[in-house]
Amino acid sequence: MSPPLLRLEGVHTHIGAYHILHGVDLDVPEGEVTMLLGRNGAGKTTTLRTVMGLWRASAGRVLLEQRPIQALPTPEIARADIAYVPENMGIFGALTVRENLLLAARRARSLDELDTARLEWLFGLFPALRKFWLYPAGKLSGGQKQMLAIARAMVEPRRLLLIDEPTKGLAPAIINKLIEALQEIKRGRDGMRATVLLVEQNFMVARALGDRVAVMDDGRVVHAGRMAELAGDEALQQRLLGLSLAAHQ
Amino acid sequence: MSAPIASDAVPKARFDLIPLLLIAAVALAALPLVGSATSWATLTLAGLAMGLIIFVIASGLTLVFGLMDVLNFGHGVFIALGAFVATTVMGAMGGFVASPSLGANLVAVGVAALTGMVAAAALGLVFERVLVRPVYGMHLKQILITMGGMIIGEELIKLVWGAQMIPLQPPESLRGALLLGDVAIEKFRLLAVAVGLVVFAALLWLLNRTKLGLLIRAGVQDREMVESLGYRIRRLFVAVFVAGSALAGLGGVLWGLYQQSVMPQIGAQVNTLLFIVIIIGGLGSTLGCFAGALLVGLMANYCGFIAPKAALFSNIGLMVAVLLWRPQGLYPVSQR
Amino acid sequence: MNALRALLSHDLPRSRLLAALLILIVAALALTPFAFPGTRALNVAAKILVFIVLVGSYDLLLGYTGIVSFAHTMFFGIGAYGVAIASSRLAPGFGALAIGIGGALALSLLLALVIGLFSLRVKAIFFAMITLAVAAAFQGLASQLSDFTGGEDGLNFRLPELLSPSTGFTEEPFLGASIDGRLLSYYLLFVTAAVLVLALLRIVNSPFGRVLQAIRDNDFRAEAIGYRLVTYRTLSTLLAAVFATLAGALLAIWLRYNGPDTSLSFEIMLDILLIVVIGGMGTIYGAVIGSALFVLAQSYLQDLMRVGAAAVEGVPVLSQLIAPERWLLWLGVLFVLAVYHFPNGLVGRLRQGRRAS
Repeated sequence: MSPPLLRLEGVHTHIGAYHILHGVDLDVPEGEVTMLLGRNGAGKTTTLRTVMGLWRASAGRVLLEQRPIQALPTPEIARADIAYVPENMGIFGALTVRENLLLAARRARSLDELDTARLEWLFGLFPALRKFWLYPAGKLSGGQKQMLAIARAMVEPRRLLLIDEPTKGLAPAIINKLIEALQEIKRGRDGMRATVLLVEQNFMVARALGDRVAVMDDGRVVHAGRMAELAGDEALQQRLLGLSLAAHQ
Repeated sequence: MSAPIASDAVPKARFDLIPLLLIAAVALAALPLVGSATSWATLTLAGLAMGLIIFVIASGLTLVFGLMDVLNFGHGVFIALGAFVATTVMGAMGGFVASPSLGANLVAVGVAALTGMVAAAALGLVFERVLVRPVYGMHLKQILITMGGMIIGEELIKLVWGAQMIPLQPPESLRGALLLGDVAIEKFRLLAVAVGLVVFAALLWLLNRTKLGLLIRAGVQDREMVESLGYRIRRLFVAVFVAGSALAGLGGVLWGLYQQSVMPQIGAQVNTLLFIVIIIGGLGSTLGCFAGALLVGLMANYCGFIAPKAALFSNIGLMVAVLLWRPQGLYPVSQR
Repeated sequence: MNALRALLSHDLPRSRLLAALLILIVAALALTPFAFPGTRALNVAAKILVFIVLVGSYDLLLGYTGIVSFAHTMFFGIGAYGVAIASSRLAPGFGALAIGIGGALALSLLLALVIGLFSLRVKAIFFAMITLAVAAAFQGLASQLSDFTGGEDGLNFRLPELLSPSTGFTEEPFLGASIDGRLLSYYLLFVTAAVLVLALLRIVNSPFGRVLQAIRDNDFRAEAIGYRLVTYRTLSTLLAAVFATLAGALLAIWLRYNGPDTSLSFEIMLDILLIVVIGGMGTIYGAVIGSALFVLAQSYLQDLMRVGAAAVEGVPVLSQLIAPERWLLWLGVLFVLAVYHFPNGLVGRLRQGRRAS
């Protein structure tokens, strides 16, 4: 069995005086979508931010392809080809859609150097981007901003995508579009399947996208396994997530 | 630019012209108040020159704040250093300064400006490393420590150049005024306006047409996200800080020549004006800084003529009026 | 012992060295006319007293409430001008003083109210910058309204008979000091300053003071708990203004003169900042120790440096650096070090030393 692309070992994170993560152990295998579930305050966002180096782990290790990255500064972690889509999307509102994408394309010094084929693929996933190309990103709707945020994460090939609650606050119709887009991203390009760690509160979305699942509670991972397993076991869902699947529809 | 734009693409957002129109409005409103067209013309040129010099100085300050949330209360020390270096350089280039040839004069000013910028940039590097970096993120300490830096800087300047005021005359062919009909157009002010506009154009080009500029504009809005995209924003910050100091040095050279004298307190004097300008303009906005500086320069000159006693308050009044209209400044920037 | 504790509002020095220093300073100030004869010493002592109150009031604002304002000298100036203007326009006497101080307090309270309410509309950084501009404007105003304020030249005036230097109470000097109006003025300053400092201690150690500190440390949380930030910050600004105004009045009474540079200059604002940071923010005792050290240094260090400069005369850079005019340079360096390394200033350091031992 090949080692996971990303592994967290006994990660603790303190924010000021608050001890948020109490020893997180998590494996994210390559080429699969791992869902990170749990209630509010369980520590899901903190986990992503710790991986990204935005918050320092106070103990434990974060390994990317067996290389410890927990002490690296955020830009170095990003340069290891990890893309991060935060909860607030991190869109630069005063910049145009074009500028947002250009900025995310580190290797491109100007627009001409962007991979046109890849750009076309992204437009295929998110038609709104083409339409609002020269428009300030801040004026986009919530759903469109989310699509831009994800497109930004994909504008160049990345080893790992960290996505935090992409469907939060969006209308069901948009959520479905997003799920479609994420499924295509999951299938990957050029035969390379994407590796994704996705935080979600919405179990429906999680089930549609996830290959694996990890559930967090009180700063720890309390369950990890295949999504199919959890999806088929209502009693387990009830115990871990407090609500049955039916309630999420 | 390659055009993946469909024919039904939404056009670029409309540019907000209102603040610039405001400047024109102020200038026009002053005409009847001043009375004579010739005086008005002189005042307007003086206002534009002063405004542009302040813009050159303040542009670095506002970008530094916008980008890294660092407010340098000691920015004035770079101005003073630039001005004093200019006195030494122009003193040493006596021949060029006294020559009636415009070319030679411009060389003298150019060398003084360049030396001033380099000196200020060097000081900026030291300032950032020693004073600013250790208190990153702590606003109160930043205010205090940068003020302390200014005190130390001023004292060191006094150490080298003495505590007295030193006269600084523009070179031969830049003294005096051109006569356009009845209007006296001071030659040095023309040069200041030209330099200011060049700096403005260069900054706009840098910010809007280069990836570096893109980085700065993005960093002003969301520093954390820029880091998450893989850019080492700390290095960028040092670069912007040093560039801002260099610009302040250039502004100092111009200011010294504009006032025709230089003293160690120059920095502290301009400080207040700087803050008013960047608040009016919107912290982090270069265009706002430009608009704010022009407004302040024009107001100061018009009021100095029309109602000298109220001149002090004209700028504060302007600031209050602008904040009541747009609390985040003329061109608000960050999404904080 | 308990009476002493109550007097200090239970805010003890908590450090032997600090307590010793405080006692030394208080004793020295109390006995100056007798222990250190001469006009200069008395002037220095009076200045220390004034600064203790002024810096203490700023500590309330900055150290306890966390508000950075550069307009503090404005209140100082209002107090000084109040006394000066009243005493020059009306017949010199305690009545004039009362009217002057009363008027000054009224104006200060009004301005403090405006500033306090404004401070909540804008972010702290904005606020700091704006107060800078306001202070500059006010200083300019004082110079401009020369009919009222005496302009650049300032106002000279006379004090009530009782406080006037020419009024003698005894023929012979007593224990080395002549008992006259000047002496009485000095002790007026001393007693007033003492009362005001104790009042400050009372305020910062009251429930009100504790809320201020809570707001300073985490205003978001304080607001969540239910404290109205506007109310507390405004009250703090008002109180600080009152104390600063009174300090200004004391200054004017001592100098029998006031001008724009005496009380409104930016240098004074910088001095206040230097003292409060080096002395120790949020302690009140920091203002006491800091003011004493600062004013002493300002007055006497230059002499010391002159001696030192004479000793190294001829040595190129060194002689320049030790030149008495450069004392501000060293103060600036000390200030920067204090901001960075001693966040709680001298008092904090002394208290820490005790706990460590």
